[in-house]
Amino acid sequence: MDLTFNAEERAFQSEVRGFIAKNLTEEMKRATALTPSVFSDPDIGMAWQRALHRQGWGAPGWPVEYGGPDWTPAQRWIFETESARAGVPNVNVMGVKMVGPVIIGFGNPEQKNFYLPRILSGEDYWCQGYSEPGSGSDLSSLKTRAVRDGDDYIINGTKIWTTHAHHANRMFALVRTSDGERQQDGISFILIDMKTPGITTRPILTIGGDHEVNQVFFDDVRVPVANRVGEEGKGWTYGKYLLEFERGSGIASAKLREGLKAIADLAESDLTGRAIDTPDIAARISEVEVDIDALEMTELRVLSALQTGQNPGAVSSILKLRNSEIRQAVTRLGADVIGHDALAVEPMRPLYKLNHEPAIPEDMLTVVPEYLNGRAYTIFGGTSEIQRDIIAKMMLGI
Amino acid sequence: MDLNLSDEQRLLRESAERFVAESYDADHRRKMANDPLGYSPAVWKQFAELGWLALPVAEEFGGLGGGAVEIGILMEAFGRGLVSEPYVATVVLGAALIDRCGSPAQKQASLPKVADGSLKLAFAHSERAARFDLAKVTTTANKTGQGWRLAGNKIAVLDGHAADEIIVSALIHDHHGPSGRIGLFLVPATAPGLIISDYPRLGGGHACNIELSDVHVPEDALLGDGHGALPAIEWAVDRAMAALGAEAVGIMQTLLDTTLEYTKIRKQFGRPLSANQVIRHRLADMAMQVDEARSMALRAALKADAAPVERARAASGAKAKIGKCARFVGEQSIQLHGGMGVTEELEVGAYFKRLVAFDTLFGGSAHHYSRHARLGRTA
Repeated sequence: MDLTFNAEERAFQSEVRGFIAKNLTEEMKRATALTPSVFSDPDIGMAWQRALHRQGWGAPGWPVEYGGPDWTPAQRWIFETESARAGVPNVNVMGVKMVGPVIIGFGNPEQKNFYLPRILSGEDYWCQGYSEPGSGSDLSSLKTRAVRDGDDYIINGTKIWTTHAHHANRMFALVRTSDGERQQDGISFILIDMKTPGITTRPILTIGGDHEVNQVFFDDVRVPVANRVGEEGKGWTYGKYLLEFERGSGIASAKLREGLKAIADLAESDLTGRAIDTPDIAARISEVEVDIDALEMTELRVLSALQTGQNPGAVSSILKLRNSEIRQAVTRLGADVIGHDALAVEPMRPLYKLNHEPAIPEDMLTVVPEYLNGRAYTIFGGTSEIQRDIIAKMMLGI
Repeated sequence: MDLNLSDEQRLLRESAERFVAESYDADHRRKMANDPLGYSPAVWKQFAELGWLALPVAEEFGGLGGGAVEIGILMEAFGRGLVSEPYVATVVLGAALIDRCGSPAQKQASLPKVADGSLKLAFAHSERAARFDLAKVTTTANKTGQGWRLAGNKIAVLDGHAADEIIVSALIHDHHGPSGRIGLFLVPATAPGLIISDYPRLGGGHACNIELSDVHVPEDALLGDGHGALPAIEWAVDRAMAALGAEAVGIMQTLLDTTLEYTKIRKQFGRPLSANQVIRHRLADMAMQVDEARSMALRAALKADAAPVERARAASGAKAKIGKCARFVGEQSIQLHGGMGVTEELEVGAYFKRLVAFDTLFGGSAHHYSRHARLGRTA
């Protein structure tokens, strides 16, 4: 057993650092640090995606034949860790990490040829049409309907919590094409051009003051049958496959560590009257840091298992649950650390383009919005309650 | 970067698990709980034959040269069977301190005997007024014409009753008066003036309080040259915490397995307990905490020989986190067993008590989170 990286891996680490140093601009870094929502705005995020793509690193998890870099699990770990340390933009995952693997796994050759290069290059910007107002945790009860009409489906219904629908030109969606015996049957996985007539998008502001999610309405929206991925009625299988990707590429600890570091820096700063000198705050910082250590070790254990071709099992639910809980602990700590400055509300967005002097120091601007928006971490991608159901079923057999 | 077990490590785990499953059953544990010694000399002999006592001892002294990871593998299996032999006292603490501080002659005199099972050790360090502060020692060692005179009181000495020799920490007073340095002295358990008050330890095994009233030992009882004892003590205790953390993981795993089985069998309102979501989620939380504890124990072991601050933060982090997980898993195991969980008729309580003892030993979660925080600020 060995926690350290070998010479080859260390060489790769320097390569990643070199790449980041050359491509990460101060503007991108500042914009990322001052974004209190999950993903960077497209101008920032896609600038980074293009840089990665130029390097051949646009899609770390994809097979080589589709443009993946053919990294070992350890290399992916190094890449993600170095990226988090440097504070690179949070590229919207809907393309590369979500719909990409589904198209690779279940799409036909035409779909692969058309969509995959556009995902890699950042030409297409994707959003996910899964949840509906009446279908949250019970996702397969979804009602948005696609009715066959010649070579088209006609889609009616609505999707909600659609991240960056207001930026996206494409959506992948689960829609009902028939009513099966089980509600999981009769769902199809379909790719939709967001410019199709009949699609409207309503913004939803989250409690931190950000516009990241939306509700999307479909009124007689015509989508070619050729845009269906895989078989009609088998969409649930593909959608579940994708959810496992959403629940974690298994490398979240590095980002949590950077988040905690920002809070600890504030706690050690005169801006907070050195909050860290309060013993309770110091011990809580340690407690969260130790939780991150534990998550990191679990991630590394999974990675080691993957490297020898073993199946890590239902651990992705543990990783998702702990990542979301720890993230919330970090943001809660942040709100406590900044003390009275937590009272200030800055309604303007983006925070990196304010045209006035903010009421509180810039380093604190995202703290409360992140805490507030961060309540969503234990809700999206399968609530913590759903994750516990999965752990009980898959790991404990009950 | 590779956290997979090597072939040797896998063999060690298999043989330890087999031993515990075959020889360390509920009957044996009950017998040990009521045994005045609290452990079995026959089992100790088996440990020697299996090479476990030689595991971390250097090869030049008849050992196998294993590290903290191997000890962790063994300890996790010990936890599953609630093993009560004085392994931590003799091998993890005692032999490690002699190995780190002793002169070549002292190592040669002791370590081969630890490895072959003929010498058992204990480490007498904690004092009442020190609480968990490893630097705080008031026991004194005064230089005399013939050697040293030790005086003071030690508490919570792990398995001191079983030891042939006891490593005692004391403040060195040489010809120039108090030196401010801690020394480690190897004292025979039979030395006149050394009074051992033995008690059964919570969760199995024994501990004792030791009174040293003018105990005379020869000059060469002092390990090494009498320098660097405190960093060595911190190092050894960090290793012991990693080892005990691994043991706690084994205990928690057994409690989780047992509780899971029970909730499947026990029926109320016409269905198994495990049919209730509140119970399933509780068990999911327990499983998650066992897994987190396993990660932290492994992390502490892998960093047992890292630079002092990195090692100490890993050890304190593991101790704090595993302690917290242990209390949760232990308390919930009792809760889900209902009234039976509170009785001595099931073994749940025995496993729980060992976890409580673990959490307390060398300081609980609060102590170690603040040690972790203090170390971070100086780093």
